[in-house]
Amino acid sequence: MKYSYYPGCTLKNKAKDLDMYARLSAEKLGFELEEIPQWQCCGGVYPLGTDEIATKLASVRALNYAKEQGQELVTLCSACHHVLKRVNDDMKNVEDISNRANNYMMLDEPYRGETKVRHFLEILRDVIGFDELSKMVSNPLTGKKIGAYYGCLTLRPGKILEFDDPEDPKIMEDFIRAIGAEPVIFPYRNECCGAYTSLKDGGISQERTKLIFDSGKGFGADALITACPLCMYNLNKSEADTKVPVYYFTELLAEALGVKEGNS
Amino acid sequence: MTKQEIEKKVELIKEISGCDPYKCMKCGKCSGSCPSFNEMDIKPHQFASYIINGDIESLVSSKSLWKCLTCLACIERCPRNVQPGKLIDATRQLVERERGGDYLLADEIPELLNDDVPQQLLVSAYRRYRR
Repeated sequence: MKYSYYPGCTLKNKAKDLDMYARLSAEKLGFELEEIPQWQCCGGVYPLGTDEIATKLASVRALNYAKEQGQELVTLCSACHHVLKRVNDDMKNVEDISNRANNYMMLDEPYRGETKVRHFLEILRDVIGFDELSKMVSNPLTGKKIGAYYGCLTLRPGKILEFDDPEDPKIMEDFIRAIGAEPVIFPYRNECCGAYTSLKDGGISQERTKLIFDSGKGFGADALITACPLCMYNLNKSEADTKVPVYYFTELLAEALGVKEGNS
Repeated sequence: MTKQEIEKKVELIKEISGCDPYKCMKCGKCSGSCPSFNEMDIKPHQFASYIINGDIESLVSSKSLWKCLTCLACIERCPRNVQPGKLIDATRQLVERERGGDYLLADEIPELLNDDVPQQLLVSAYRRYRR
């Protein structure tokens, strides 16, 4: 199976590991991530204003490219996943935005949200299946207690992203089980890390990440996993006493599949 | 601000947000969910009332506009679909569209950088804080 792959800006720079381990794992699992040529940055945050058009065009271009290839679009970064799915929903269901974006794009055939957008984790769950994945694991992470830190952008708004139950998700816990480790469910797993405020005001993210680590470690986690480079950054900068290592989920996937060594 | 100006801004907030503040029943679930509650001078559940009462001057000078994390918890959990986060964002848009955005200046960026800052942080902050 071949997918149109949208890496996004951070995976080409500060989050190269998130990208590299996904590519190695995909190869092992038997699907191909074909990078969309000349993709543009999604903007990191979905523009909430109902009259915003220009800020959505980068996503529309990527979505339309995938449609032209007859492929589904796969992405890894929480923010790209969030923005692409929401813009796709606009193109499908919000007539005003869809019409105006199409007027601007002047495509041969209008884009109306035809592309299916999937997060990499959704490929593991819905295409490969966690049971199958666990059979392909050659190096299970037995004995490790891992907390899945979802953050905000993978889950909300639940009705549009359709990723998992936004209040009681389980996709990352099922992933942790599939790679042979033990998931630790902790209350702050879907609470915000402080997001973009850390650029100007580190106070909020310090407070938030302390609560997240206290919660994760308090419930017994030896490590956390994330799919978001900004969560990773804020968690890494935390001064919490209860800090535990944080990994991109793809790194642990590559490790479990035995494809990590020699590439790190 | 004249009465007319206030009315125009109230309409703009409703239009940009796509939300109806009159549907708010003051259950407080949004403020109860808000990770920035302690930092905010006007709390998420109060935004609807401020808009209904036309107290635009308090809203546009509120520091809450810059403390919202857009974590979408209030949007997800609002039982009346008022979605306070969108009202906060629309008010912030109103300020940025008028003033061009002065909460984050390009000249400030070099000093705010360190070797680990992900691109995602820069683009997100820029998109939220500037027009």
